[in-house]
Amino acid sequence: MKTLLTSQWARPFLLILVLLVLWDISIRVFAIPAYLVPAPLEVVVQLWREWPMLLSQAIPTTWATLGGFALSVVVGVPIAMLIAYSPLVESFVYPLLVFSQSIPKVAVAPLFVVWFGFGIIPKVIAAFLLGFFPVVVSTVMGFKSIEHDMVDLARSMGSSRWQMFFKISLPQALPAMFSGMKVSITLAVVGAVVGEFVGSNSGIGYVLQKANGNFDLPLMFAALVILSMIGVILFVLLDVIERMMIPWHASHRQEFMATA
Amino acid sequence: MAPGLITLDKVTKIYQTKDGPVESLRPLSFDIREGEFVSVVGPSGCGKSTLLKLVAGLLPITAGQLSLLGRRIDGPQKNVGIVFQGAVLLAWRTVLDNILLQAEIRHLPMAAARERALALIKMAGLSGFEHKYPWQLSGGMQQRVSICRALLHDPPVLLMDEPFGALDAMTREKMNLELQRIWYGSKKTVLLITHSIPEAVFLSDRVLVMSERPGSIAAIYDIDLPRPRSLDVMSTPEFAHLAKTIRGHFFAQGSLDH
Ligand SMILES: Nc1ncnc2c1ncn2[C@@H]1O[C@H](COP(=O)(O)OP(=O)(O)OP(=O)(O)O)[C@@H](O)[C@H]1O
Ligand SMILES: [Mg+2]
Repeated sequence: MKTLLTSQWARPFLLILVLLVLWDISIRVFAIPAYLVPAPLEVVVQLWREWPMLLSQAIPTTWATLGGFALSVVVGVPIAMLIAYSPLVESFVYPLLVFSQSIPKVAVAPLFVVWFGFGIIPKVIAAFLLGFFPVVVSTVMGFKSIEHDMVDLARSMGSSRWQMFFKISLPQALPAMFSGMKVSITLAVVGAVVGEFVGSNSGIGYVLQKANGNFDLPLMFAALVILSMIGVILFVLLDVIERMMIPWHASHRQEFMATA
Repeated sequence: MAPGLITLDKVTKIYQTKDGPVESLRPLSFDIREGEFVSVVGPSGCGKSTLLKLVAGLLPITAGQLSLLGRRIDGPQKNVGIVFQGAVLLAWRTVLDNILLQAEIRHLPMAAARERALALIKMAGLSGFEHKYPWQLSGGMQQRVSICRALLHDPPVLLMDEPFGALDAMTREKMNLELQRIWYGSKKTVLLITHSIPEAVFLSDRVLVMSERPGSIAAIYDIDLPRPRSLDVMSTPEFAHLAKTIRGHFFAQGSLDH
């Protein structure tokens, strides 16, 4: 028991277990009817029964999330670099970006269905719209926080622009970029589901919609569980990539010491 | 007399900021000869770091004439070694790789550079730390790494901005001796900015005293103590007299700088 409590990975699962028990107890104590909140066991049963369907519906949602995330990075990083290096671009583009963030994505999502039909494209765009902003903000911050004296030193060494970028600026900006990408990927999951809500006949968003229509609350909760699993798995994957790419960063130093 | 290697003729620096122009350096005129060791002392904020960056070509001068090795400075100078006030190391590179950055960017032959870097590491008392990262080092050790990096390409001119500020007194004296040895052996031209009057007197051929900001030259002292100097020179009356005279400038201005 002691080792289970102290092992890092077991802790969130233990917390989930505690929460499930609390959930079950409160349903019994407050006599909450099943059509409002289902009991955890019912959700687990539904999860078990519908597992193959849920899993196959998770695939399009995951693809849409990854597509939107990839687009966020591919579009967001160059824009962020332009903003970071050019005050002129910053003054034109940044306020517009911030403004665009206040537009409710859920409200404009139906437009994409009108424009692009029922395929994967409107979902990817919805995921991109949610995931793109954190990538830009953190990348701008990363490239702006580069030590000026280091740039001066490199200039006195006769550094080319490429050397400056790959040997100094990019590595320096990576930690901030990763923290933005981690926020981005979890938001991209939300975006993909929003896209599926408004116009799709596949994906976890579609399952949610359908279960809602049928008052199948256990299935709805089961779909939510799958959804958070997608988010967690993608987040962890990104975290692993981060650890491989910037093991030197302050946030990883403890284990870095242990392995070095 | 050897010709001026670094020559300043009415060099002025005014920073243009959002709140208007900030006058940092009043017209400065002086020469540094080839192989000369010159220190600059002055109160905080008088423009010492600014002066160093002007000579390195990292900042444009506002007015006047500034030349290095006989050529007008109009951009970053490659044939100098620079040590900044902070260590300025890359967190993702080990001690050795931080020093080798100098060779990588300059496209120097790597095998030879590596050998030289290891020799410099040994000289700076950092043996055993070659493969450590900057955050595993003390502030003083980090600064020594940045000194090694500035020496790697064997530059004819060394520009140093309070390189020993983060060191304890004993390591500092040791590094002073090392620096004197390096300078004596290689005949580099050195411009050293320091907060320590004894350090300036001990190392220099000439000490340049700067006034409060905006900085101008308050006085220049020739240090005629015999070379090579041992630490014992610090207890001679000549040394004490020089240090006292220089210190007098700061008391007169009412701002003693440590
Ligand atoms: N980038 C800048 N923009 C505007 N003003 C500056 C800038 N850098 C320095 N200054 C101003 O120029 C003056 C001289 O600064 P500098 O850093 O050269 O001083 P310093 O003599 O090196 O001080 P210290 O001993 O504390 O290092 C200061 O008053 C500072 O406010
Ligand atoms: Mg300074």
